[in-house]
Amino acid sequence: MKAKVLIRPKEGILDPQGKAVERALPALGFEGIHDVRVGRLVELEVDDPAKLDSLSEKLLANPLIEDYEIVIDEGQSENGGGPA
Amino acid sequence: MIGVIQFPGSCDERDALAAVERVDVGRLVWHEETDLSGLDGVVIPGGFSYGDYLRAGAIARFSPAMEAVARFSAGGGPVLGICNGFQVLCEAGLLPGALLPNEGLRFICRQVGLVAEDFKGPFGEEIGPGERLSVPVKHMSGRYFAADDELDRLEAARRVAFRYAPGENPNGSVRDIAGVVNETGNVLGLMPHPEHAVDPVTGSDDGLSLLRGMLRQPAAA
Repeated sequence: MKAKVLIRPKEGILDPQGKAVERALPALGFEGIHDVRVGRLVELEVDDPAKLDSLSEKLLANPLIEDYEIVIDEGQSENGGGPA
Repeated sequence: MIGVIQFPGSCDERDALAAVERVDVGRLVWHEETDLSGLDGVVIPGGFSYGDYLRAGAIARFSPAMEAVARFSAGGGPVLGICNGFQVLCEAGLLPGALLPNEGLRFICRQVGLVAEDFKGPFGEEIGPGERLSVPVKHMSGRYFAADDELDRLEAARRVAFRYAPGENPNGSVRDIAGVVNETGNVLGLMPHPEHAVDPVTGSDDGLSLLRGMLRQPAAA
């Protein structure tokens, strides 16, 4: 099935990339947008979603500096089956 | 003999080898090698191991050579991780903390002043506490980070090895930290490049004392 792992900088960790984006906004006419944080999205196909937690913990994210969230796309399994 | 690990994407392994050959005999260790017997120390050099895809150092930690390095360090063998090598050691959990993208988002390449702390392990054997070293940095993700309580513990345990000299922190590292050691002091990671400071011709040979210190500890079994 398809799954997504959303990875973001942990709360309290300075995110210069988010800051750079935020600084650029007023010049483009976007007002009233604050606290921009830039993370990463990993999309993948997985046979056994139970593995995603340890995969995220060990490789996709560094838990010291990043939080992750696993989103499983239930409706889109490859074999066309519905939710188990 | 000192081994210098070479990952696909390493780029400082030859400079590191040339540097260690000023104080000892050296050889390159390909990332698929797992036999480190006969080595008295290991250097994990700078570069972009495995392209640094995902996060700096994240993929290299799973290489066969890194499993061997973990065993080598657990046996007390001295390990020096420089720049990308520091990132790899943090990702592998052999050193505390993590290296984040530079505060200014730019690649930084310049000579910096470092101040040695009174830290545990062999690497400081030939460097006095408070001694100032001039060594280059060149990195994109060198901002050292660890949580405040962890930093307090590291400082109390004499595990902060080097700080950037006052006013010279190039990347936003917490508490100006440029290098830390593991609990037993035999693994040192630092962002600056001592292997590029081994000849007065290039402005400084301050890196040599660090490499000599590395050999002050008996090799792992």
